[in-house]
Amino acid sequence: MNFEDTPQEAAFRAEARAFLSANAQPKTDTAPHQETEAEYILRAKAWQKLKADHGWACLSYPSEYGGRGATSMENIIWGQEEGKFDVPVGPYAIGLGMCGPTMIAYAGEEHLKERIPRMVEGVDIWCQLFSEPGAGSDLANLRTRCERDGDDWIINGQKIWTSGAHFCDWGILVTRSDPTAAKHKGLTFFFLDMKSPGVEIRPIKQISGDSNFNEVYFTDVRIPDHQRLGAVGDGWKVSLTTLMNERLAVGDAGGADAPHLLELAQRIMIDGEPAIKSRAVREKLATWHCEKAGLRNTKYRVMSALSQGKTPGPENSITKVVSASKLQDVSSFAIDLMDMGGVMLGREGQEELDGKLFHGSFLGAPGMRIAGGTDEILRNIIAERVLGLPQDVRVDKGIPFNEVEQGN
Amino acid sequence: MNFEFSDEQNLLREQAQRFLSEQSPLSTVRAVLDDADVSCDKALWQAICDLGWTGVTVPESYGGLGMGYLELCVLAEELGRSLAPTPFASSVYLATEALIRFGSEAQKQKWLPGLASGEVVGTVAVAEGRGAPQADALAAFYANGTITGTKLPVPDGDVADIAIVVAKDGAGISLCLVELQGDGVTRSVVANLDPTRSQACVEMTGASAEVLGAGGSGWAQLQELFNRAAVLFAFEQVGGAQASLDMAKEYALGRYAFGRSIASFQAIKHKLADMYIATTLARSNCYYGAWALAEDAPDLALAAATARVSATKAFHECSKENIQTHGGMGFTWEFDCHMYYRRAKALSVNLGSLSSWEDRLVNALESRIAKEA
Repeated sequence: MNFEDTPQEAAFRAEARAFLSANAQPKTDTAPHQETEAEYILRAKAWQKLKADHGWACLSYPSEYGGRGATSMENIIWGQEEGKFDVPVGPYAIGLGMCGPTMIAYAGEEHLKERIPRMVEGVDIWCQLFSEPGAGSDLANLRTRCERDGDDWIINGQKIWTSGAHFCDWGILVTRSDPTAAKHKGLTFFFLDMKSPGVEIRPIKQISGDSNFNEVYFTDVRIPDHQRLGAVGDGWKVSLTTLMNERLAVGDAGGADAPHLLELAQRIMIDGEPAIKSRAVREKLATWHCEKAGLRNTKYRVMSALSQGKTPGPENSITKVVSASKLQDVSSFAIDLMDMGGVMLGREGQEELDGKLFHGSFLGAPGMRIAGGTDEILRNIIAERVLGLPQDVRVDKGIPFNEVEQGN
Repeated sequence: MNFEFSDEQNLLREQAQRFLSEQSPLSTVRAVLDDADVSCDKALWQAICDLGWTGVTVPESYGGLGMGYLELCVLAEELGRSLAPTPFASSVYLATEALIRFGSEAQKQKWLPGLASGEVVGTVAVAEGRGAPQADALAAFYANGTITGTKLPVPDGDVADIAIVVAKDGAGISLCLVELQGDGVTRSVVANLDPTRSQACVEMTGASAEVLGAGGSGWAQLQELFNRAAVLFAFEQVGGAQASLDMAKEYALGRYAFGRSIASFQAIKHKLADMYIATTLARSNCYYGAWALAEDAPDLALAAATARVSATKAFHECSKENIQTHGGMGFTWEFDCHMYYRRAKALSVNLGSLSSWEDRLVNALESRIAKEA
């Protein structure tokens, strides 16, 4: 066992580091940027363009789209190195990580030539229009209709939880073309201009007060048939391409973790001595350290397999389900540890870092336990795909969609 | 990056699995459990010795195989999976290791060949009754070549030939080697939670003893010894956790209720998913512990405690939920579930409690931060 890069990996890492140190600042612990969302987007666009100019924009894409056909290991190394720098990458994660690969798999050559370079260079930001009020964990239960009208399709319905829709230029969309077919059979997939007439975007205010997601309403929106991805009725198959890439993209929840709690427990006093002396505090810290280390070491196992050109085992499927709950529990415990003071974000104008980190994590964690597969769905996935247990009974199996009971 | 066991090590694992499934099926474990007069499976122990496993990490110059700790980790996982009823852990992870690390040249020459071949069985005697052992509260004392005191419980103390006894030695504490068949030593078996791993009371009254190495720093040596053994115990625990998960899965798939396999109910699926999560976290932490052990890495103390705490929790979770998955039958003596449940708890206190290891883990985190500052 060793943790060293192979010579090729080391060379790639050095190249990545050289580009990053020449063009960006390392991350620091100081307060985040004070900027509006529009300013943030501009900064992200500039960074994406710079990366594209130097061949770092979409490593795993084929070279004709600006990529370099990088290995999974090189992707991971780039992620590790870029993660050490203070650069804005969020707005492009969905587009490059999920929409791009779906387009490359299904769109025609002309569309690819027109759309992909703009995505890679950061001109266009993309979103994914999948979830609906009645189709979350059971995504295939979606009801947004598409109806053929000459060379176009007419879209009516509603999507929800669309990250960044309000600043996106293009989106991928899955709709129902045949309500008389069984649930998974009557779906059809498109990509569309988010500025199309009839598209209305309403931000959702989350429990944290932030608005990262939107509801997107479609009223008689026209999409030309040539923007269809996959055959009519094959929308589920296309969706799976997107979702497979989502599973690669959704990982550690981030935010407050064991080291933050340890640092806090060394400062906060209980009964005249630092909280870290308390056996109860130590027990919690040990628990979360073990989870954090366990996820890191699991990632090492996956990287090890990739580095040796093997297919990684299913171990990584535990990452989000462990890290999201840890985020919630660590932040809740940290607020508790600060006792009466834990409730404070800080006095106006001097919001303390403790408050921001732990409150932010506490209010963000419920979303992390849901987004990209709920805790429950992820446990089903582990049970079925990893352990090989049978699927649950599906009472809607094979029944025409318009005859399936829908509740509220 | 290479964070997996090598092909040779995986081959060793396959051989160990094949050997243990033939030589140590659960029926042999049960035979030890059912017979109050039997402490371990002597035939199995002999077969294990014949394979050379007892000398895996002993240098060739002392009659061992001179392989590495990664190989020993592989064997530990399989021994844990099979619940092998032998004194392997006491003799190999603890007594042999104590001699390798702290013995004088003469002591190594005298004892390591026997330990490596398995003719000599060793153990480490620390506890003096209930409660975590404290350095300043030890009653056993060494003076002028003899030792007096009572150690209880001593794992495998009834079958061991020698014990490394932690005792007061003037102002300090020393690890003392005591021949258990010698004069002044009285031994008795103590009934315990997991009869497939025996425990004994060892009373010493002026028994001959010699200090390991220079002596005087026995408490620090014990901590080092425990850190190293913790990784190996953790592998046994992960093996046991995996076996419990596999057993629960097989049973759930075959058991039908309400007209379907109970493995199709989410209540059972999520339970098994949680067992998988706990086992995977523990296994990954064990791999890191194995690396730290093999490399004698500076963060061995942290890596060992992390592996130990995760593996203790995983085995507890998997062994108790295995019984739960089996329903009423899991609560019967005839079903094998309780053998894992017993072993999980015994292993979790054998090397010091979960809580004591959580404390050690945070100590290691604190000293790392202090070092960085």
